[in-house]
Amino acid sequence: MRSPRSLVGGAPAAEHTVRFDGRELPVQPGQSIAAVLWAAGILAWRTTRGTGAPRGAFCGIGACYDCLVTVNGRPNQRACLVPARPGDDVTTQEGTGHADLAV
Amino acid sequence: MPTSPSEPARPAAAAAVTATAAAVTAADAAPVDLAVVGAGPAGLAAAVTAAGLGLRVALLDAGERAGGQFYRHPAPGLGAARPEALHHGWAAFAAREAALRAHAAAGRIGHLAEHHVWTVVPDGDGWLLHAVAGHGPEERAAAVRARAVLIATGAYERQLPFPGWTLPGVVGAGGAQAMLKSGLVLPGRRVVVAGSGPLLLAVAGSLAAAGAGVPAVVEAAAYTGYARRAGVLLRNPRKLAEGAAYGGALLRHRVRLLTRYAVTEAHGTDRVEAVTVARLDRDWRPLPGTGRRIACDALAVGHGLLPQLELATGLGCATRRSADGAVALDLDAGQRTSVPGIWSAGETGGIGGADLALAEGEIAAHAIAGRPVPGALVRRRARLRAFADAMGAAHRPGGGWTGWLRDDTPVCRCEEVPAGLVREAVRDLGARDARTAKLLTRAGMGWCQGRMCGPAVAALAGEEPAADRRPLSCPVTLGRLAELRPAGGAPAGQAPAGEAPTGQAPAGQAPTRPPAAPPPRAGR
Repeated sequence: MRSPRSLVGGAPAAEHTVRFDGRELPVQPGQSIAAVLWAAGILAWRTTRGTGAPRGAFCGIGACYDCLVTVNGRPNQRACLVPARPGDDVTTQEGTGHADLAV
Repeated sequence: MPTSPSEPARPAAAAAVTATAAAVTAADAAPVDLAVVGAGPAGLAAAVTAAGLGLRVALLDAGERAGGQFYRHPAPGLGAARPEALHHGWAAFAAREAALRAHAAAGRIGHLAEHHVWTVVPDGDGWLLHAVAGHGPEERAAAVRARAVLIATGAYERQLPFPGWTLPGVVGAGGAQAMLKSGLVLPGRRVVVAGSGPLLLAVAGSLAAAGAGVPAVVEAAAYTGYARRAGVLLRNPRKLAEGAAYGGALLRHRVRLLTRYAVTEAHGTDRVEAVTVARLDRDWRPLPGTGRRIACDALAVGHGLLPQLELATGLGCATRRSADGAVALDLDAGQRTSVPGIWSAGETGGIGGADLALAEGEIAAHAIAGRPVPGALVRRRARLRAFADAMGAAHRPGGGWTGWLRDDTPVCRCEEVPAGLVREAVRDLGARDARTAKLLTRAGMGWCQGRMCGPAVAALAGEEPAADRRPLSCPVTLGRLAELRPAGGAPAGQAPAGEAPTGQAPAGQAPTRPPAAPPPRAGR
């Protein structure tokens, strides 16, 4: 079956993992967090401030800010730009990601 | 192959690049001759050409690797053996990327990757560029002084909203392409590709080659629009061959091309499950009773590209309306903007593709270095620009597209503003332009600063989209702004000591030589 990998050939360097909402996901080194989530079939990792609607990557190049996610406790990171690093703890971002501030 | 960017940089070159980067990042250092913003086709071509003509260059780019969006490619860790399989015209990139490495190793170019320039301000008789570098907790400020600036910030995708466009699985066509090129991933197994413009054919071909089923490419324009400009087509045989190659790829993968059709709704609850496509009239108005559903698990959609102009418009550079309806920079024969000392090349001067961007970058480099521009470059630019105008006119959105918006369709994705609210601001509250509609509804006030909803809000307000006005081109913390000193004072944004991995770079390799060429001419 055709796949992106069969198209470009080769093999990734040693794979590692990140955690997403407690689930371990495999990472090919160099992938963004959004790419890791897409590879796992996950398309949404944020809920909106207003209606709580699910969102994920849209523009794919850092322009739309729809793919904001919380990485290692830090909210509002663009998943399509931020590289997935070994052991990263990625969590769904709800609203502003600053519920702890109670604003 | 030494030109393959999937191979790690040679240690010596890497050390020199980082040492040069540190040298040009210190804001109190001597200014470089030329700062290039953006390392896509235009910026990369300009940087290596300028360095070859003897200028000392800083190349600042938001990406991790040179190439921009068009030549986006997997990180070395992904180990792609054939990154060119995802690309058209890879050899043009590989040659310039190799030249970039050579110039960087020789200290003529400082390549500042992951540097997002957020503003450019006058600084004595030159310019000061402020950037944020890196991500997350490692984010830091950086600044570069330069005698001349080339803005090669490229473009982002033009989006026209429709019911369901905020569902997960609905992604930009260029976004799907970017994620595939850099991360080797697909948004789904069965992906409808829709919108308008030649990019759709390239995206559909890539997705299909990478294993996705593509039930249809849904194009709002009629390709017969090109026939009216047959002369321009015939003078661009390479472009025709490119189009034929895309058409051949679609045939090979049994992809249907529906022209004068649009996706008028995406269906699903937590993710897209199907789309409705409907026939359009000549003005892109959906024709009642023509809708039918196509099952899919993702939709890649885009309606052409928009020049990314905020750095240029922030400096006061004059703009013009291009054939595709977008606002572009008004440039002279030497790629100069209306502001002396600021040049631009590539998509910022009007969407025209990578070949045109390469030519314009090289023309700009010659003009900046005060050298005569080779005639072949000038002719190539004229030919490709004529093709771009024909293409832009053929795919310019018809005004009837707002007919597929329902009142409850979100127009502004960030602030979740529905079309009905914008219509109310226009109908009942007197809004006649996008800015007033924004002040009344918050459409365009969110994270993306109107990049996604701008064309839609303008259309609902009954005007052509206006030039971008964004004082900051990306989010900047209050702390960074507080670090700025008043005009005339010493600039802020010193690179912290951690920036230069001095453990890897022998001090003797830090290039401290003065500019090898006379200062560039900054006047018009």
